Amino acid sequence: MRRRILITGVSRFLGLRLAKRLEHEDVDVVGVDLDEPVVPVENMEFVRCDIRNPLIARVVEATKVDTIVHTNIASEPARLGGRAGMKENNVIGTMQLLAAAQRARRIRRVVVKSSTAVYGMQPGEPSIISEDHAAQQTDLRGYGRDCAEAETYVRDFGRRRPDVALVILRTQNVVGPTVRTSLAGYLSLPVIPTALGFDPRLQLLHEEDAVEALWLALDDDARGIFNIAGGGIVYLSQAIRILGRRRLPLLLPAAAVTADVLRRTGLVDFPVDQLNLIVHGRVVDIRRARERLGFVPRYDTRAALEDFRDNRDAATVQKPGSHPAWERELFEYLKNKVDQERERV
Amino acid sequence: MADAEIIPMNPHARSIGRAHVRIRCRAVTSSGRPCRNYAVGGSDFCRVHGGADAPVEAVRPDAPAAASPPADVQSFARRRSRGEYAVDDFGFDPELFSSVLLPLMGILYERYFRIRHVGVDRVPSDGPVMLVANHSGTIPLDAVMLQYALATYHPARRVMRNVGANLVWEFPLIGSLARKSGAAVACEEDTVELLRRGEVVAVFPEGFKGVGKGWRERYRLQRFGRGGFIEVALRTRTPIVPVSIVGAEEAYPMIADVRPLARALGLPYFPVTPTWPLLGPLGLLPLPSKWIIEFGEPMEMDGYADDAHEDAMLVFDLSDTVRDRIQQMLVRNLEERGGAFF
Repeated sequence: MRRRILITGVSRFLGLRLAKRLEHEDVDVVGVDLDEPVVPVENMEFVRCDIRNPLIARVVEATKVDTIVHTNIASEPARLGGRAGMKENNVIGTMQLLAAAQRARRIRRVVVKSSTAVYGMQPGEPSIISEDHAAQQTDLRGYGRDCAEAETYVRDFGRRRPDVALVILRTQNVVGPTVRTSLAGYLSLPVIPTALGFDPRLQLLHEEDAVEALWLALDDDARGIFNIAGGGIVYLSQAIRILGRRRLPLLLPAAAVTADVLRRTGLVDFPVDQLNLIVHGRVVDIRRARERLGFVPRYDTRAALEDFRDNRDAATVQKPGSHPAWERELFEYLKNKVDQERERV
Repeated sequence: MADAEIIPMNPHARSIGRAHVRIRCRAVTSSGRPCRNYAVGGSDFCRVHGGADAPVEAVRPDAPAAASPPADVQSFARRRSRGEYAVDDFGFDPELFSSVLLPLMGILYERYFRIRHVGVDRVPSDGPVMLVANHSGTIPLDAVMLQYALATYHPARRVMRNVGANLVWEFPLIGSLARKSGAAVACEEDTVELLRRGEVVAVFPEGFKGVGKGWRERYRLQRFGRGGFIEVALRTRTPIVPVSIVGAEEAYPMIADVRPLARALGLPYFPVTPTWPLLGPLGLLPLPSKWIIEFGEPMEMDGYADDAHEDAMLVFDLSDTVRDRIQQMLVRNLEERGGAFF
């Protein structure tokens, strides 16, 4: 039987790239998101659905998927109508999706794209963080907290459905020629504000390697929690030099204000809760992914940064799509599905 | 004490510091570690590696040079400004270390504190080593001087990695400078990882109790934490080299500790020295005390059972042994030094 894979967040960068990657593979792909992907994907059924809505259970059931790839935990609040919407999407969305997966007997594998933000970024954390390191949940805010909470639900799900292979990918900050992340936006500023006296170590993940990791997580033997990042590090000061930009060191309280202003003016969607990243940095251990997942990044941190510098496509600006009445479409889709079933019988 | 052969009359001996020590082969063995044999025939290589015939590439590529200010300042500055330098995962910047930081440390080490080192070649030339030293002097200059001693006078010019407590990482400037000079975070994960990579790690088990103790308690070792360093050494089978540092106490003699101010500032102590805060920023200048750094005999940790690190009694015993050795060296070197300043 052909494998059937459901990808959430398919119009977001990673989901879309994974769908493109699977275009000509021997699998059926069902993409779920609120907006249609900006690039058409061949051999993919697109289902317009909000994963926060319990209807997602009907989608999982009707599409008869055996694998779910959840790439819809988002870090940019602007696209989801502010922090409240973002949290709702990340946490409630994951809960609903997993509740649906728990019911669906066909499900064999669930892959969740989490983030290294779950480790928090307090001074005095280990220099190289392994998957077993537990951050103080109370220290986590924003995106990191969302990811940590989502992971809790994933683990609960794993306990209830031990027959399902679970993979959690904690990806490091992604950069590359096309991906748009808050860090990429920050590093594209003509003058880059930094915290005076602090020079964090940056570890980056190239967009292609991120897609590769998702692809590897579909493998039959893959299960467990993995840090996904490029090898090596650069200092933030060094990164700014490599990019040929200038930095503007600010006193720490001023830096927080600046980040807020940048966010409000829409220049960079850099959540204040991620400010710690550019103060204390965060570097993770990627040995487990290499050994058990066979993940060998093609770009180390420096190469990823250089590719970002040399090949960044300034034209790819995503339009903030409006959210039309998707529920009606969904019902139509489900109805068609049921009809097809009947015809087959 | 096979490693510490001192043969002053050897014609091929090289003057390293104040002691004459035979130099070791500069080649790299097949396992990727520096060869531990002695060099022969006036060359830099041992008999196995063919004396002067050994290829130049065999020199360990990351072998840190001693303090070597950049010969061509312009190209150095250009390279730095383009970010064309490599740092390791912990953030150690070898180029910055040997070109900028070491020469600066050298001024303090050679001219100001006139430090004498004893037995630096007792530190093994390759593989993981844990240096355990006493901690003193309000501002942990002792860690920095120890690092300079090893990078400059050890036959393999080893880079010593410090592990800093949380407070170091919260401070602007100090934290990032510490990282670039090779420091990591004082936690089990970092220490184990550094040792696993075959580095020399220095630990100061007294912690803030050591640097923050009053003048009256000088050279009296404080409690050695909870023995975590012994557990790590046992687990990773890392030899421990006890180190005594005499002189740091007098660099910043702490005559009082203003507790309420320390609490208000979130510091472990607020020191009052003869010059601080009386002379303002000038009071940050250390007093020119005379120092002696002595490296003791390595204590091998590989003769124990696999789960020895879980034997609390053994851990305490070993911790006490290390502590005694350091205390003995301290007493001996204090007597030998005579006056604290001249």
